[in-house]
Amino acid sequence: MNLTVVLAVGPVIEFDWYKLAPVVVVLVAAVLATLVEAFAPVRARRLIEVPLALLAVASAGLLALHLAISPQDISGATANGAVTIDPLGLYLQLAIAASALIGLLVIADRTVQGDDAFAPQASAVPGSEYEEQARKAGLTQTDVFPLVLFATGGMMLFPVAGDLITLFVALEVLSLPLYLLSGMARHRRLLSQEASLKYFLLGAMASAFFLFGAAWVYGATGSLSLSRIGTAISGGLTQDTILLTGVVLILAGLLFKVGAVPFHYWTPDVYQGAPTPITGFMAACTKIAAFGALLRVLYAVTPGLEWDLTPVLWTVAILTMVVGTVIGLVQRDVKRLLAYSAIAHAGFILTGVASFSPDGISGTLFYLFTYGISTVGAFGLIALVREVDAEGHMRGQATGLDQWRGLGRRSPLLAGTFAFFLLSFAGIPLTAGFVGKFAVFAAAFGAGAAPLAITGLACSAAAAFFYARIIVAMFFEESPDDSVVARTGLGIGVRTLGLTQIAVAISAVLTLVLGVIPGWFLNFTEELSLLWVP
Amino acid sequence: MTVSAYLLLASVLFVIGTATVLLRRNSIIVFMGIELMLNAANLAFLAFSRMWGNLDGQLAAFFVMVVAAAEVVVGLAIIVSLFRTRRTVSVDDENLMRH
Repeated sequence: MNLTVVLAVGPVIEFDWYKLAPVVVVLVAAVLATLVEAFAPVRARRLIEVPLALLAVASAGLLALHLAISPQDISGATANGAVTIDPLGLYLQLAIAASALIGLLVIADRTVQGDDAFAPQASAVPGSEYEEQARKAGLTQTDVFPLVLFATGGMMLFPVAGDLITLFVALEVLSLPLYLLSGMARHRRLLSQEASLKYFLLGAMASAFFLFGAAWVYGATGSLSLSRIGTAISGGLTQDTILLTGVVLILAGLLFKVGAVPFHYWTPDVYQGAPTPITGFMAACTKIAAFGALLRVLYAVTPGLEWDLTPVLWTVAILTMVVGTVIGLVQRDVKRLLAYSAIAHAGFILTGVASFSPDGISGTLFYLFTYGISTVGAFGLIALVREVDAEGHMRGQATGLDQWRGLGRRSPLLAGTFAFFLLSFAGIPLTAGFVGKFAVFAAAFGAGAAPLAITGLACSAAAAFFYARIIVAMFFEESPDDSVVARTGLGIGVRTLGLTQIAVAISAVLTLVLGVIPGWFLNFTEELSLLWVP
Repeated sequence: MTVSAYLLLASVLFVIGTATVLLRRNSIIVFMGIELMLNAANLAFLAFSRMWGNLDGQLAAFFVMVVAAAEVVVGLAIIVSLFRTRRTVSVDDENLMRH
């Protein structure tokens, strides 16, 4: 049989490019950015890459919004069932694009001395003469932008995947660039490379778990499509050991990505070692994408497996909240502390997911959006706090809690905004964090998951202590005068091109607005969840 | 041979791969363990594909092969750059962040 015959008799695969546009725009821009890296002159690259990346992510977000509010019904599968577009998926895409856009502003920023967060040549051995030459020549690693775009494309595909192959491919497309990006920090490169290796080895193992699970689910149901798997399970496969093994392995792979206990070991090291703008980007966007995929998989299989999975999810959620909070209490590094805070937050979000109700999903969606936005802002601020030497030259980042002593006096606006983000993470009223927590805990109570909600409340109260500790360090401890600041390596806010400030302002305003007048947004997520859950 | 023999083999390979990742100290060997896990999944896909008589599983195996190749590129780049810095590939030496 020759090729034309195959093409003539084979099934025709319909690609609805209109529905796929948000993902396609980002991935095409990523390919273009790679070509720019290959062909554009060195000096021009940054000038082309930054607008290209911002434009691509912004238009992807707008396209997702356009599709979501278009009057005709856009829901449905396309690309032979590989992608399922629905309002929930579009909402998550919009949330990812928004966080990625703010994250990109932080990534693209550099200090007034032209110092960005990335190594001048990531391939140069740290401390070598070659690295010094690259630094002196003012080289910058602009490959960061295509990598971020590929990661964003994978993230936007993740929550709309319609079958397990697409889910796996999207998982890898979002993970592989992040492994590389984690290893590219300009300062403390050994830590950064170590973070990269840990993230890669553990992440690849989690992907293998996911894949092996997918194989067993396929074995049990005879299909890789999530909708057909759901049909097969509700058709009476509930007691199947093969199926349950598969689903648990898939969940392990996804829970790794959200950083839930017991798959959280990579989180603190990677958050601490990775370049700070990348930490913010991946903390926010990966979490949104992975929770989106988790919702998809869980609700595809729950009509039959709810009773088997509930104890698993409850255990994971409770452990995640408790471990994140308790170990967070003893951290002495701001980035590491926020990593444990991220673990605890993953637990709070899981509370909403595990309550298996429309209210729970609505709370989860709200929480994901607001947490993503404020996380990017908070890490953007951390990226601004640097050590200075006696001559006033910027050095590496100051992330130790001791180095933040008295920051409120040296850089009041920066410290004040950071304190606001911390209050939002702690769940103080009038911030978006409070509304999100309230929504998921109320949903958990309503759905009969009181133990989850009570653990969540206890952990929130305990976690408020470690956020308060940073605030106390910033505002209520003495700041030595400038000469001492330089000698003791205390942190100070640096002057940059201003992109980070724009990013932080956007995320602070959104966090405040969604905290003060959350009603309209909650109505919106509620509608989404009702549309989605039958 | 029946399908279950292949599934048994796939499971054994997967367990060996997982044990390699968790127990070995050389990051290249750990990486080989991960590849073994992926190939175990491929074997399971193929066995189930044969069992169900449809091609979905074989299709999945193709995608996994491509993704595994991409993973090798990224993984070896990370391991090599780390080796050039530290002259070792032992995962025990990667402990700068243990407080």
